[in-house]
Amino acid sequence: MRKVIYLAAALLAALHQDFWFWDDRRLLFGFLPIGLAYHMAYSVAAGALWALAVVFAWPTHVEDFAAGPEDGRS
Amino acid sequence: MISVLVMLGYLGLLIALGVWSGRAFRGTAADYFVASQSIGAFILLMSVFGTTMTAFALVGSTSEAFRSGIGVYGMMASWSGLIHAAVFFLVGIKLWSFGKRYGYVTQCQYFRDRFESDLIGLLLFPILVALVIPYLLTGLLGAGSVVNAITSGAFPEVFASTRGGVPPWLTSLVICGVVLFYIFFGGLRGAAWANTFQTLVFMIIGLITFLVIADRLGGVPAASAAVAERRPELLDRGQEIHPLHFFTYGFVPLSVGMFPHLFQHWLTARSAKTFRLTVIAHPIFIMIVWAPCVLLGVWASSALMPDGSPVVPPDARANSELGMMIGKLTNPALSGFLGAGVLAAIMSSLDSQFVCLGTMFTNDVVTHYFGERRFTDRQRVLLARGFIVAIVILTYGLSLAEPRRVFSLGVWCFSGFASLFPLVFASIYWRRVTKAGAIASIVVAAAVWFFLFARAGFGAEGEPLVLGLMPVTFIFGAAAAALVIVSLLTRPPAAATVEKYLPLS
Repeated sequence: MRKVIYLAAALLAALHQDFWFWDDRRLLFGFLPIGLAYHMAYSVAAGALWALAVVFAWPTHVEDFAAGPEDGRS
Repeated sequence: MISVLVMLGYLGLLIALGVWSGRAFRGTAADYFVASQSIGAFILLMSVFGTTMTAFALVGSTSEAFRSGIGVYGMMASWSGLIHAAVFFLVGIKLWSFGKRYGYVTQCQYFRDRFESDLIGLLLFPILVALVIPYLLTGLLGAGSVVNAITSGAFPEVFASTRGGVPPWLTSLVICGVVLFYIFFGGLRGAAWANTFQTLVFMIIGLITFLVIADRLGGVPAASAAVAERRPELLDRGQEIHPLHFFTYGFVPLSVGMFPHLFQHWLTARSAKTFRLTVIAHPIFIMIVWAPCVLLGVWASSALMPDGSPVVPPDARANSELGMMIGKLTNPALSGFLGAGVLAAIMSSLDSQFVCLGTMFTNDVVTHYFGERRFTDRQRVLLARGFIVAIVILTYGLSLAEPRRVFSLGVWCFSGFASLFPLVFASIYWRRVTKAGAIASIVVAAAVWFFLFARAGFGAEGEPLVLGLMPVTFIFGAAAAALVIVSLLTRPPAAATVEKYLPLS
């Protein structure tokens, strides 16, 4: 599942380069520039992606590692 | 006058919060530096978010949108939403586990142990301090500009040279004093509590600001329609932003992986699970703060007063746009509250940065070189406070010099931190990275960053592109290449050291 999440993150990173709205000055709902609206939706998608990561790819071993014996600083 | 009183009232509230958080202070260095690792999910989210959103996000984004349009959101905010959360997920949790298990409080402690090299700490300490200073400067410059614009004309006789507005030097002095006060009482716990309060304040007041200004401009559709009529080029990215420029901005948010104050906040987490809320909510919170600021900046380009004069003149001083809109379009009491909201955003970053600098000095210099047992906890806290005061005086002095655009200064500072990202990432995930590779990466990052920063007039000329790309692309690329090449050419690290941090089982 972790690989799927990383693949989705890479896809989302690629979708950041929205050349299709580059020169588009349309106002969505009469006030919101479409390029800005796209990137606001992108922010919501980023939140959703990391929510999936937390649910399906959480590194459970990290907690055990942190609770391990203190080896001390050198 | 009323707006000033409201802002002073807000600062008084913060002082009271500082005294209150001081009562929870346990008197130990561990409590002062990492709040005894007791911070829960909500406070971690608010303190991490409040720390990363500063003058850069509010004042800088509005100012940049005023000049180059909506593209600023995609360049910084949406990239940051994806990348910040990724860094918290992939790097923050791991570093928290190392800190929890081995007792680290600062990055230098971690890197010294990870690479078994004292030299790494010696190299990193001045670089990290030097990079935090411009970050602090963005806060002081932003606060000074906003309050000056909001109070313009309020004190025509006292502050004649600044058109009757509170001069930036006075605002900077006052907010430095207030932040110093509450972190002296409560350390990082005080900063975390104040951050939570201030983050709530600036998010709520930010939305109110947006709605009030939109209303004064005749409503949201009318404000955007004015831009479509007078400055339509700001509604797309067109010629303003080149696609390569837009793409390579993606390197900048990697800086959160090496912010020393964020490292320290991560270590305050009670458990790894505490990070979950931060990872999910951070991108959404960024949108809630940035989108209204970018729209306000774009609207400012075309908004007119009833007499037909521009709300913000085209030649307005950088960073003053948001303050001018608030000052001209709202009443004095509301201006005061809105000004307090902007100050809240700025101070919620300054406090963590101040504490982290004191922590680094005490742990990476004083106790590292003179011995931990030589000082009591009380003496260590006092030393931290002394270093914080010295840095505040230095930064305050720099803020009195010729002001830079907050956005440009911020980008340079973030570019420096982002260029150290290959180092922290490799230290967590690459078993083959060596001490020599790490040192080479730090030296190359510092040298290339300084060369390009000096070439840009130390921020005075913005962040001029190199071959159409953001300067960070070259600094990051050179640092990553040095890390990989030198690591592969030198002897692998001891198996025991690698196993300590990257266990195979």
